[in-house]
Amino acid sequence: MSRSALAPLAVVAPILAACVVLVAGRRAPRLVIDVLATATAAGVAATTGFLAASTLGGRAVTWSGGWSPVGGRSVGVVLVADPLGAGLACLAGLLTAVAMLYSWRYLASLQAHYHTLVLLFLAGLVGFALTGDLFNMFVFFELMGAAAYALTALRIEEPDSVQGGLTFAVINSLGAYLSLMGVGLIYARTGELGLARIGRALGGQRADALVIVAFVLVVTGFLVKAAVAPMHFWLADAHAVAPAPICVLMSGVMVELGVYAVARVYTTAFAGVLPGGVLRTALLVPGLLTVTVGSGMCLIQRHIKRLLAYSTIAHTGLFVVAFAVLTPGSVAGAALYVLGHAGIKGALFLVTGLLLDRFGSVDERDLFGRGSRRDPGGWFFLAGGVALAGAPPLGPGIGKAVAEDAAGRAGYPWLVAAFVVGSAVTGGAVLRAGLRVFLGLGHPPQPPASETQGSGEQPETPSLVRAVPRTMLAAIVLLLLAGALPGVVPPLWVAAGRAARMFLDRTGYAGQTLDAAPPTPVAPLPGLGWTTTGVVLGLVSVTLAVAVALLGVYRPRRAGWRGPVRSPAPVELLHRLHSGHVGDYVAWLFLGVAVVGALIAVPLLAGR
Amino acid sequence: MHWYAYTVAGWLMLVGSFGIVRSRDLVHAVVSLSVAQSGTYVLLLAVGYQSGAPAPVFAGGPAPSTRVVDPVVQAMALTDIVVSATVTALLLALSIQVHARHRTVDPDALTRLRG
Amino acid sequence: MSRTVRLVMFGVAAAVLAPLFGLAIAGAPPFGTASHPYRDLAVAAALRNATANVVSSINFDQRGLDTLVEETILLASVVGATIVLRASTGDVRRELAGDDRALAAVTLVSVAVLPGTLLIGLDVVVHGHLTPGGGFQGGVVLATGLHLLYLASRYETLERLRPLHWYRWSEGLSTAAFGGIGVGGLATGAGFLANVLPHGSFADLLSGGTVPLLNIAVGVAVAGGVVVLLAQFLDQALRIASERDGKG
Repeated sequence: MSRSALAPLAVVAPILAACVVLVAGRRAPRLVIDVLATATAAGVAATTGFLAASTLGGRAVTWSGGWSPVGGRSVGVVLVADPLGAGLACLAGLLTAVAMLYSWRYLASLQAHYHTLVLLFLAGLVGFALTGDLFNMFVFFELMGAAAYALTALRIEEPDSVQGGLTFAVINSLGAYLSLMGVGLIYARTGELGLARIGRALGGQRADALVIVAFVLVVTGFLVKAAVAPMHFWLADAHAVAPAPICVLMSGVMVELGVYAVARVYTTAFAGVLPGGVLRTALLVPGLLTVTVGSGMCLIQRHIKRLLAYSTIAHTGLFVVAFAVLTPGSVAGAALYVLGHAGIKGALFLVTGLLLDRFGSVDERDLFGRGSRRDPGGWFFLAGGVALAGAPPLGPGIGKAVAEDAAGRAGYPWLVAAFVVGSAVTGGAVLRAGLRVFLGLGHPPQPPASETQGSGEQPETPSLVRAVPRTMLAAIVLLLLAGALPGVVPPLWVAAGRAARMFLDRTGYAGQTLDAAPPTPVAPLPGLGWTTTGVVLGLVSVTLAVAVALLGVYRPRRAGWRGPVRSPAPVELLHRLHSGHVGDYVAWLFLGVAVVGALIAVPLLAGR
Repeated sequence: MHWYAYTVAGWLMLVGSFGIVRSRDLVHAVVSLSVAQSGTYVLLLAVGYQSGAPAPVFAGGPAPSTRVVDPVVQAMALTDIVVSATVTALLLALSIQVHARHRTVDPDALTRLRG
Repeated sequence: MSRTVRLVMFGVAAAVLAPLFGLAIAGAPPFGTASHPYRDLAVAAALRNATANVVSSINFDQRGLDTLVEETILLASVVGATIVLRASTGDVRRELAGDDRALAAVTLVSVAVLPGTLLIGLDVVVHGHLTPGGGFQGGVVLATGLHLLYLASRYETLERLRPLHWYRWSEGLSTAAFGGIGVGGLATGAGFLANVLPHGSFADLLSGGTVPLLNIAVGVAVAGGVVVLLAQFLDQALRIASERDGKG
C-alpha cells in the first residue's frame, strides 16, 4: 500500500475500533477495552506522525473512491495530508491515547460507551485535520461536535454538566449551520466543493459581496469552535463540566482545530481573492479581544477548571493573533505554541481532575491548603503554571518566542505585548491557584455573588480516591514531558518552519492536489529558534506571572473580609456578561459575525 | 424574482436564531435551531435548481442527460438532514436531563453557570 | 443580560448582516441557472458506474466519505443519547396502568398498515440506487413501521419486540460494514471506498457496484438507530428521577 492509503486508514481505524468496542463492550473485560482503545489511539498517532514527517518532502494526496482528477477536476472528496494537518492529527492521537490511559478503570458504569464516543471523537478530529474538501469539513465538524456534546454531558447526575453540554451543543450547531450557509453560497458562485478547486475558481477575481459573505459565514463555525470572542462563551461552560480527560482533548486540540480550519480555508481557497491585509485586521481585532477577555476572566476565577478554560481561550486568542500576522514564521510559532500548550494544559486539567477525585471539589477557596506538599500533583501543577507563562526552554515558550519574533519582523512589534501579558496573566492565575491549594499560602479568597463555584461536585471515579493510580500519574507526566519537549528539540523547529511554508503555499497545494504535480521543495526557515530577545521576553513573562500570583495570594486584607466582598465594577461586569444564558450567547455570536463581516466588507466594498 | 428563494433561506436562518435568542423554553430553542437549519436546505436546493429540468433519477424516467436539477446539492441536503435529525435528538435528550436536574427548562432560570 | 439588551444586540447584528446577505445574493447566479459544473461531472460519473439514481451515486460512490462520516455521526448520536438518557442511580420506573389499551379502531388500522409499511421501507432501501430513496429514507420508514405496534398495542408489546441491546449489533456492525467496504477498496488498490464491484447494467437491480450494499448497511443503521432513539425517549417518559437527583 502506498503512502496515500495512510490518511483514510487513520480516519477509519478509530471508527472500526469504536464499532468493535460497542459490540464487544458488554462481554469483554474492561481491561481489554481499555487496551484496545489506547492502542488504537496510539496507532493513529504513529500513522499520522509518520505522515507528518514524510510529507515534509511533499503532500500526500488521497482521492477517496479512487476518483483521481481528470484535467484538474474530480467528483470525489480529497484528503490532503501536509505536515501541519497531519501533525495536528498526530497530536489528537497522542492526546487521546494519554486521555485513555488516564481513564483506565474510570467511569465504570458507562460500560464501553465512553470508549466508543472517545474513538469517534478522535475520528472526527483526524478527519477534520486531513480533509481538503469544504463540505467534508462540515461533516467532520459535526462528528467532532456530536461526540463532544455527549462526552461533555457524561456525568448526568450533575445539573451543571447537562446544562453546559446543551449550551455547547446549541452554539456549536448554530455555528456549523452558518458555515453550511457559506458553503452553499460559495457553491453557487464556483460550483465547487474542494478547497483547491475553489481557490482556482476564485483566484484573481474581484472580492464582491457574495465571496465576502460566503467566507465570513464559512469561518463563523470555525471561529465558534476556536472560541474567539465574542463567540467564546460556550467553552468555559463546557470545559467546567466535562470530565478531565475530555477537557484534555477539547482544550488541547479541538479548539485549536478551529483556528487551523480558518487558516486552512483562507490559505487554500480564499487567499487569491481576499487580500491578506484585510484578513489580518479582521482576525487581529477579535483575536486581541479574545486574549483580553480570556486573561481577564482567567484571573478572576475560583473554579479551577473554568480558570484553565479561560486560559485556553486566552491562548487560542494568541494563536489567532499569530496566524493573523500571516508570515511563515508566525505560522510556525503558532504551530509550536499549540504543541506546547496542548501538553501543559492537558496536564493541568488532569491534576485538577485528580483534585476532584480526591476532595470532591475543584474550588480554589474550598481546597485552600488541602493539597499536600508531598503530593507530586501539586508540583506538576505549579510547573505547568510556569511553563504556561512561557518559561524558556519549554514548549509554550518556544512557540511564544517564535511568534513574537515573527510579529516584530512583519512590522507589528506591539503585538509582543499581547503575547507577554496574555501568557503572564494566565500562567500567574494558575500559579496562584496552585500556591493556595497545594502550599496553602495566603488567605482564603472571598466570594462575590455572580460566579460559578466549583464545590459539591461528584467525583469522576466511583468514590473519592486516596492513592492516585499509577496510570493517572503516568498520563500527567507524559503530558508534561510532551509539553516541554518542543522547546528543546531543534529538528522540530526546522520542521515547523518548513511546514508553515508549505501551509501558506496555495499554488503548491492546488498543483499537488489537482494536477498530481511534483512537490516543490521547501527550504527551511532561517533563524527559527531561541533568540536572546525570545529568552528575555520569556523570563519577563515568568516574572510577571509570579508577580501576578503573589499579588493574588498576598493581596491586602480588606476591611470586613469575612463577609462577601464586592468585586470592583469591571470584574463584576465581566462576570455578569458571562451569563450562562444560551440566548445571550446566540446574540453575541451574531454580533461577532457582524463585526468580522464589517471588518472585511467595509474596506473591500466601500468606494466601489 | 431570482432572489426570492435565497431571501427565504436567509430569513429562515435569521428568524430561527432570533427564536433561540428570545426563547423561554429549551425545547423551543432546539426547535428554533432546526428552523434556522432549514434555511440551509432551502439555500442548497435553490442553488441547484435549473428551470424546467427534471429530477436526476433516470430509472424509468427521462433518458440520461446532464440537463437535470443539480444532484450534488440534493446529496448535501440529505446529509445535512440526517446530521441535524440525529443532533436534534441528542439536544432533546440533553433538554430532558436539564429538566430532570434543574426542574426547569427556562433559560432565564438556569443561572448556575455564570462568570 | 436583560432580555431587552439581548434583543437589541441581536437586532444590531441582524441590521448589519441582513443588508450584507442581500448584497451577496444579488451577486449570486440567477435562480434556475443552467450552469452547474459539478452537476455535469457528477451525472457523467453516475452513468459511467451504472447508477440510475444520481443522488445515490453521489452519496455512496462519488462522495462516499461524506456518507461514512454521516453514518458515524448517527452512531455517535445514538450512543450519546443512550448515555445521556441512561437511568441514573435512584430513578424509579413508573408502572404502567393496566388499562392503557388503544382504541380498537386504532389497533385495526395500525395492524392493517404495518405489513405494507415495512414492505415499502424494504423496497425503498433495496432500490435506493435506482429510484428516489435509499438507505436513509427506507430506514426511517422501517423504524416508523415498527412503532405502529406501539399505537396498535401496549407499550410492553413493543418492548418485547425490540430487544434494545441488539442496537449494539445493528449500529456497530452496519457502520463497520460501511468502513469495511471502504477498506476493501483500499486493499484492492483502487482506493478507499472505491466502487470495486462489477457495475452491472444500467437500471438493473444488480447495478451500481457497491452502492446497493452501502444502501443496505445504512438502512440497517438508520432503522436501528431511530428505534433506539425513540426507545430512549419513551423509556425516559416512564422514569421518575428521584428527589435526591432532582436537586438544583
